[in-house]
Amino acid sequence: MTDFDFNVIWMSLPFLWEGLQLSLWLTFLAVIGGIVLGTLLALARLSGIVPLALVAAGYVNLIRSVPLILVIFWFYFLVPLVLGRPVGSFYSALIAFVLFEAAYYSEIIRAGIQSVARGQKFAGQSTGLNYWQIQRYVILPQAFRNMIPILVTQGIILFQDTSLVFVVSLRDFMTASSIVARTEGRLVEMYVFAAIVYFVICFTGSMLVRRMKDRMAT
Amino acid sequence: MIDIKNISKWYGSFKVLSDCSSHVDQKEVVVVCGPSGSGKSTLIKCVNGLEPIQQGNIIVDGADVTAKGTNLTELRARIGMVFQHFELYPHMTVRNNLCLAQEKVLKRSCDEAVSRAELFLDRVGLSEHIDKHPGQLSGGQQQRVAIARSLVMDPIVMLFDEPTSALDPEMINEVLDVMVELAEDGMTMMVVTHEMGFAKKVADRVIFMDEGSIVEDRSTEEFFGNPESDRAKDFLSKILNH
Repeated sequence: MTDFDFNVIWMSLPFLWEGLQLSLWLTFLAVIGGIVLGTLLALARLSGIVPLALVAAGYVNLIRSVPLILVIFWFYFLVPLVLGRPVGSFYSALIAFVLFEAAYYSEIIRAGIQSVARGQKFAGQSTGLNYWQIQRYVILPQAFRNMIPILVTQGIILFQDTSLVFVVSLRDFMTASSIVARTEGRLVEMYVFAAIVYFVICFTGSMLVRRMKDRMAT
Repeated sequence: MIDIKNISKWYGSFKVLSDCSSHVDQKEVVVVCGPSGSGKSTLIKCVNGLEPIQQGNIIVDGADVTAKGTNLTELRARIGMVFQHFELYPHMTVRNNLCLAQEKVLKRSCDEAVSRAELFLDRVGLSEHIDKHPGQLSGGQQQRVAIARSLVMDPIVMLFDEPTSALDPEMINEVLDVMVELAEDGMTMMVVTHEMGFAKKVADRVIFMDEGSIVEDRSTEEFFGNPESDRAKDFLSKILNH
């Protein structure tokens, strides 16, 4: 460790920063997409319309039984087949992440919706609000307020999972670090640095979650 | 105004309502009472379709609540309902609790909705609390806000589902006072309650339920003066002794 070379990290920062931006951007979009689709899946499962609930439950259980890396592969090869044209690694990975995360988010959101008192729905119904208005103004705001910490936690896991996109040759932060490590022959420096960056980002996120939980508990 | 015709309801194989029939005329105040588990709360929730029924019909203001073609949301907007546990929206201010359905269902402008909210909050004596959240109010205050939330919709009838049974004793009267005033103003009301003092004071009729059936349905004087069934006598002796 005596010849730990900080210079190689310093020199490659712009390159690594590009990778980190991709990781963060992919995380951000996948969280948004996953929550939107996950909400729809959760509503479908709770709809009381049997075919709809079954399809949603089947989807969630299927996705949750498959490794993420396989889903990324699927969509890398499937999406161009379905659309008839290539969409690029980024979008195929994004679609894979959204569809994968939605299954996990939907379970969190379903629990969140069920945590809202049943009488709240009755109150909305009795004033003439329709199903979507009740969800939009009454149920989901309360459900999401209860769920924010666990949604953020899921986002942190997602951020770590974005390191899997190397399989479709996307240059995320992890891949960028690898490239520098191999081309410069500085494996120790780069992998230690990558670990520190992941740790700082994820730990900051966890602390944020803890603070939110404390605030909500009071 | 409300016509309940031979309704029955099951939870699975358990029959909660058994061939119940009654009616509430315009400007009439009808109190529904009975021991817990008698089906009175279920009955009142059927009136605006919050609970489905398997047999019979309920007609409110000419519309069949139980028919498939009925626009239930449109009908419910004209039926006010007050719940045992208030069910105010905890994430919204009192103002927004009162304005939400006015704006989204009746399509009133924000200004119009707020001015009506202020009017009815004033009627229940809570104008100064308009910017608070429900959690900052006492139970009695929350229930009065809940009554105002129904009244801003200009309901043709008000349903009360045990409006005072979740309240601390010292707060019961402030809610009953609002309800008495409402009854005296000529509101059509159906009230599930154990408050026999309220029933004697304003009810035109009393419906007594036991084990899912309507056992008595008579004028208030007759019910209290000369109850017919043993079950009603037993119930009244238990509830009036203290």
